[in-house]
Amino acid sequence: MTKARLATVWLDGCSGCHMSLLDMDEKILEVAKVADVVYSPLVDTKDFPENVDVALVEGAVSSEDDLEKIQRIRKNSRFLVALGDCAVTGNVAAMRNLFGVRAVLDRSYRLTSVPAGSPPDQIVPRLLSRVRPLHEVVAVDLTVPGCPPSAGVIHHVVTELLAGRTPDVTDLTRFGA
Amino acid sequence: MSPKVRIKTLKIDGRDIGAREDETILQVARENGIQIPTLCHLDGLEPIGACRLCMVEVRGSSRLLPACVTRVEEGMEVTTKSPRLIRHRRMILELLFAERNHVCSVCVVNGKCELQSLAVALGMTQVRTPYRFPRFELDASHPRFVNDHNRCVLCARCVRVCDEIEGAHTWDIMGRGVNGRVITDLNEPWGESNSCTGCGKCVHVCPTGALSEKGTLREDAGKQRDFLPYLTLMREVRR
Amino acid sequence: MPIERVLAMASAQVEAESKFEHHIHVCVASGCLSSGSDRVLQALRDEVKGRGLENKVLVKGVGCLGLCAAAPLIAVFPEGTYYQAVKPEDAPEIIDSLGKAPIERLHCPTDRPFFQKQNKIVLENSGYIDPLRIEEYVARGGYQALIEVLTEMSPNAVIEQITLSGLRGRGGGGYPTGLKWTTVAKSPGTLKYIICNADEGDPGAFMDRSVLESDPHRVLEGMAIAAYAVGATRGYVYCRAEYPVAIDRLDKAIKQAKKTGLLGPNVLSTPFSFDVEVRLGAGAFVCGEETALIASIEGKQGRPRHRPPYPAESGLFGYPTLINNVETFANIAPIIRNGGAWFAEIGTRGSHGTKVFALAGKVQYTGLIEVPMGTTLHEIVYEMGGGIPDNRPCKAIQTGGPSGGCIPARFIDLPVDYESLREKGSMMGSGGMIVMDDTSDMVDVARFFMEFCVGESCGKCVPCRVGTAQMNDLLTKIIDGKATKHDIVHLEELCELLRDTSLCGLGQSAPNPVVSTLTHFRQEYLDRLVETDEEAAS
Ligand SMILES: Cc1cc2nc3c(=O)[nH]c(=O)nc-3n(C[C@H](O)[C@H](O)[C@H](O)COP(=O)(O)O)c2cc1C
Ligand code: SF4
Ligand code: FES
Repeated sequence: MTKARLATVWLDGCSGCHMSLLDMDEKILEVAKVADVVYSPLVDTKDFPENVDVALVEGAVSSEDDLEKIQRIRKNSRFLVALGDCAVTGNVAAMRNLFGVRAVLDRSYRLTSVPAGSPPDQIVPRLLSRVRPLHEVVAVDLTVPGCPPSAGVIHHVVTELLAGRTPDVTDLTRFGA
Repeated sequence: MSPKVRIKTLKIDGRDIGAREDETILQVARENGIQIPTLCHLDGLEPIGACRLCMVEVRGSSRLLPACVTRVEEGMEVTTKSPRLIRHRRMILELLFAERNHVCSVCVVNGKCELQSLAVALGMTQVRTPYRFPRFELDASHPRFVNDHNRCVLCARCVRVCDEIEGAHTWDIMGRGVNGRVITDLNEPWGESNSCTGCGKCVHVCPTGALSEKGTLREDAGKQRDFLPYLTLMREVRR
Repeated sequence: MPIERVLAMASAQVEAESKFEHHIHVCVASGCLSSGSDRVLQALRDEVKGRGLENKVLVKGVGCLGLCAAAPLIAVFPEGTYYQAVKPEDAPEIIDSLGKAPIERLHCPTDRPFFQKQNKIVLENSGYIDPLRIEEYVARGGYQALIEVLTEMSPNAVIEQITLSGLRGRGGGGYPTGLKWTTVAKSPGTLKYIICNADEGDPGAFMDRSVLESDPHRVLEGMAIAAYAVGATRGYVYCRAEYPVAIDRLDKAIKQAKKTGLLGPNVLSTPFSFDVEVRLGAGAFVCGEETALIASIEGKQGRPRHRPPYPAESGLFGYPTLINNVETFANIAPIIRNGGAWFAEIGTRGSHGTKVFALAGKVQYTGLIEVPMGTTLHEIVYEMGGGIPDNRPCKAIQTGGPSGGCIPARFIDLPVDYESLREKGSMMGSGGMIVMDDTSDMVDVARFFMEFCVGESCGKCVPCRVGTAQMNDLLTKIIDGKATKHDIVHLEELCELLRDTSLCGLGQSAPNPVVSTLTHFRQEYLDRLVETDEEAAS
């Protein structure tokens, strides 16, 4: 039996969703029996591979790099899950939309750093003018809100998807859960 | 006791139901355990039919009707759930979430918010309509309470409770459309309001984290919304 | 006896006017005023005085002469010659020409369909009387209907005539006026109110303003007859403060009518009493909605409320209230004078009488026209309007303002009446009519009206408050070439939501301009879409 190809991605989020994923503890071994994790902050692959069956994406789209990534992820994945409030709503990551990029960069690089510096213009990806939830940028197949969604919910989502069913999470999790 | 009140019979979701003629569809539905989502409505306050979540279908009427302000009528056939109603309610809820900055994860009433519960009740796990991200200030000038416009849904419960129950009319709504916002007195900081009695009723009736008590953590930021019917009942008895 | 006094006033005025050999009417309605017609009026008066012709030539300010595009307009009688774009310097030449051939340079031919095809009932006095003088209104048969009603008719008989006439509300909804009056008349209570809705908030509409500026007594007479018919004793005219000229003339008209015994306690020494006051609105579109308007008069915020109860049952301060539009009231006196059957003869089967339109946009002749219901768009655009400048093709005609829609040119033979317009996804509205040629961008038009609704939504109900803002953003996204077909789906969902769930007519009809352009000009939307989210994000 060929195993399903599973990917997990960390865009602009706090990694809490990945922590929650790891909180599955020993259940993760079950998942490993039916799926290969082909890409993840937890494994050592540089580029998002092709032919991914299920991609779990944590975090909002905040930088040019995020944007490129999510578009590639969409192209290469059959089923894309927006995992957690940042991916689903923008959440805390999107709170900077109220102030604008300029003000945010000034605050972190000029006003609060000693000695005052200036926002980087190389290496660090440029921020988009506006943080967006995934579905505003690409088509999303399932949204799983929660900050973070519990390990149980993530386990349910993954196992259902790997079994070829689309899970219904409406009664299991919610915004801010 | 009020003199003659007639009884009407009607059907809600196919069930035969009897009701007093001065009751609304919403009241009767709830008495009979039929759930209709509401937000601006709160038992004990004058209904205003503003949020439009409680819209129902009535046979013979091409228009949808808000259950919270529509009186029962003899022979009415009400449908509270239909694909169209469900679609519309979801969309209204999405519009509400998209209108301001409802970041549930960092809200004082996370877990005790009516807006959040509505999302669960209506199975809404995604806001497809673009978020607007307006910029609003916070008014923390009052010694005990905070007003965070970012989380306000303009249901006008605070306005009504302050006017109808407390009698202070400290709250009102200023501006039109998406630029509307609740204000205290003539748009003065809450802490400087002369009319505010500090009773806190507005905080308790607020469905979201827009009005909250300072220093309360999530666990005890719960709001008691059921005091109103008692209060109004007591007053009526006294009268 | 006040009645005799009124009749004497009328004949004295007729006689006084007949003494003059020449009458020069200078339009002093807002359109011409803004082009300096007050200075033209003064120049003509000075010229007449300078030549010592005060007893031969009568120069007076009158209400709207109609062809506002050619302002300032004047009319010279008995010849009935119109002059356009008149300047104060032209005064001597005009006086020279009296009784002679018209001045070619200024001549504005009136044998055009613009003038010929009109049928003036509401505007019958517009351009003939000095709106500031009750004598002139009375001399042209004004207040005769009120006298007749008070002396010879029972309230029921009045309502019967209105019902028979088939008159429908001119404020947009087209509700049968007779039926509305009956409801208010039947509502129990001794205190009832009459409200004249002069809020006129549609962008580009100025019919009601023109009626009030040109013939304010006609509206007061209509209100008084209504009050008698339904048993009301107090009336309000709710007029937007942006209409200072109309307000001033109304105020003066009310004073004159009171002085003459036509308003106030015991009108014309009968038991009927009726008092009218003007209330100013701050110019919010939503305050034209009847329940919001009532709240505004009560001193509350101008926000609509759920109906029922309808104002007819529980309106101003909780009392039964009759609320009608300016033009509706302006039709009342002629209906009483000539009988309901006469009025019912004019127009089409479901829409009787005439309608005043503010004709604007891409036509040769713009201005105010009054045509019988059922006149076709073709007659209005190509005959009366003189067609599209530069012979460009007509693309669409917008009626009903932000609540209406765009009717594509292929329906140019559509008769203008309540039903036909609605069938084509538009509505009569209050009477704005904008003609568009092939250079008009329909998505832009839709956004223009949506933007208006965003600013005017009162914000009470969620679908309208947030929905209009979201639709406006979506339209902008489409115009900016950043939208995909999903955005069109979303736009259509919002259209349906607003129509089905908004609290008042503003939100319910706000999608109309979008729906009608999506129906008739869909390709213009589709042409601007991009294929993928990626393109949209770039
Ligand atoms: C948003 C909105 C704006 C309106 N504006 C006006 C207005 O400016 N003038 C008017 O006469 N009616 C207006 N109406 C219609 C009034 O609510 C009311 O129906 C009308 O004044 C009744 O008079 P009628 O029966 O003579 O038409 C408006 C309605 C809505 C929903
Ligand atoms: S539809 Fe718009 S204008 Fe009317 S009540 Fe609702 S928000 Fe106000
Ligand atoms: S609960 Fe009925 S409209 Fe809000």
